[in-house]
Amino acid sequence: MRYLPKGVSERRDMLAAIGARSIETLFAAIPEQFRLKEPLRLPGAMSEYEIIEYFRARAAENSCGYSSFLGAGVYNHLRSVVTDGLIQRGEFLTSYTPYQAEISQGTLQAIFEFQTLMCELTGMEVANASMWDGSTATTEAVLMAERLTGKHRVVVARSLHPEYRQVLETYTRNLGLQIHEIGFTGSGQADSTRLDAAIDSETAAVVVQSPNFFGVLEQIPQLAQLAHAKGALLVVAITEGVSLGAARPPIEADIVAMEAQSFGLPPSYGGPYAGVIATRDKFVRQMPGRLAGETVDSTGRRGYVLTLATREQHIRREKATSNICTNQALCALAATIHLCLLGKEGLKELAAQNLAKARFALEQLETIPGVRRAFSGPFFNEFAVEFPRSVKMVNADLLRKKIIGPLPLGSSYADLTKRALFCVTETTSRVEIERMVAAIREILSKPV
Amino acid sequence: MYPSDYRYTKEHEWVKVSGDTGTIGITDYAQHELGDVVFVELPDVGAKLKTGDVFGTIESVKAVSEIYAPVSGDVVETNAALSATPESVNSDPHGAAWLIKIKLANPAEVSGLMDAAAYQAFVSEKEASA
Repeated sequence: MRYLPKGVSERRDMLAAIGARSIETLFAAIPEQFRLKEPLRLPGAMSEYEIIEYFRARAAENSCGYSSFLGAGVYNHLRSVVTDGLIQRGEFLTSYTPYQAEISQGTLQAIFEFQTLMCELTGMEVANASMWDGSTATTEAVLMAERLTGKHRVVVARSLHPEYRQVLETYTRNLGLQIHEIGFTGSGQADSTRLDAAIDSETAAVVVQSPNFFGVLEQIPQLAQLAHAKGALLVVAITEGVSLGAARPPIEADIVAMEAQSFGLPPSYGGPYAGVIATRDKFVRQMPGRLAGETVDSTGRRGYVLTLATREQHIRREKATSNICTNQALCALAATIHLCLLGKEGLKELAAQNLAKARFALEQLETIPGVRRAFSGPFFNEFAVEFPRSVKMVNADLLRKKIIGPLPLGSSYADLTKRALFCVTETTSRVEIERMVAAIREILSKPV
Repeated sequence: MYPSDYRYTKEHEWVKVSGDTGTIGITDYAQHELGDVVFVELPDVGAKLKTGDVFGTIESVKAVSEIYAPVSGDVVETNAALSATPESVNSDPHGAAWLIKIKLANPAEVSGLMDAAAYQAFVSEKEASA
């Protein structure tokens, strides 16, 4: 598709073809008062040189030289130039969803590799070609659980990302789904006693995140047991995929919904990222979205196809398993390349670095008078601490020192004011951690 | 082609009554329209069906179609063999590839369905207009 504006003669030809004398006669059906009388207030056309200068100036406004301790669903990880080099090849960058297996073998094979990697990471048996992002994947997992169980109640841990819970609530507001939220304990983990009490015979699924929003790993085997004992499925959301290099995969889950941003996708305003849905083989027919499969052609040669497409909206219309299962093929490809570059050992080492640096940061923070760890549960690369004063005030001072501080948990949890969620990845240097700790020590030593 | 002791619906299901039990399947016309069947999804035994309820789906290489209950009743048996050999829906739709058996809630409902001759005329008309 080309997006070239029309010239004067082309406009005249088109108007003549439909029998309109002018643009005004074409728009005559639109009531007078709704028609724009003056030209749109847009800047004039720019030359190529002016455009480049304009964007150079905008780029110079970017904040450079800041250290960031923000995570909470989006993570800063090292990326290789190889990933960008490969995904920018025209064959990948400009191709739309592959409907025709005959001409899309490269894309389909890449998607198949992505699915394989996601299965190996999550411990599931089948993964789809990617979803819009982690939050919509989580909601799709809940809808899938509803279809599988025929039940319409869901128990959600409050330690699931608040924005994921908002997406679930928005998406299902008019679908008759009952959402029951349960809290967390001093460990920062989902309260299993309340969770057990909340699951009833009408519960389709229990939804938890691990590592959860507070960075704490949930006890998946125990939660699975509680859900399964009452006929509910367990949905495990994962926002930080790198954790799978260190933590046990959630093999007891029935559906895993993951955000793949940590695998080669840079943090940016809301994406594009890539969601993942992985599940057990027996649930494949209720799984939303695209699925690439490996097969053989009539002469026995290996080939790739889209499989089980009969469930999708271009065939099943309103009865499709999902109607917003947008596939993020290019982002999924980036994740595939990134993971292949890392390899199994590389991912383990990366996860180990995240673990070690996050622990170092917490130990250092705990030496500041009045600062203490907020939750006792095991964590990966994020942890919450309690400050003796408002996190937002501390952050304002940190920003002046070119440090982007931790996330104030009080913004999403009224019961967690003065709690700050820190994220430390392999990209955070020891010097940056020490500088941040020294800055907070100094800020807190002064009276408010 | 269409067994004379069966009754038929406009959605191309058939029902065969024996005592208070109705055996339900899809017609030869339906299997032909669907193409190669690869998966059959059936309800649990005990499910209560009202006339017109969707009780399962049949997936072929080109489509997934709902199957509607021709009459009301409780599901007493499902054809377990179909999970291993869904292709028998293509080869023997009126026999081995029956889908479910139900205990008829109201046997009188059956008389409202088409007989073989009426169904044959119905599909001939469809084929002619296609």
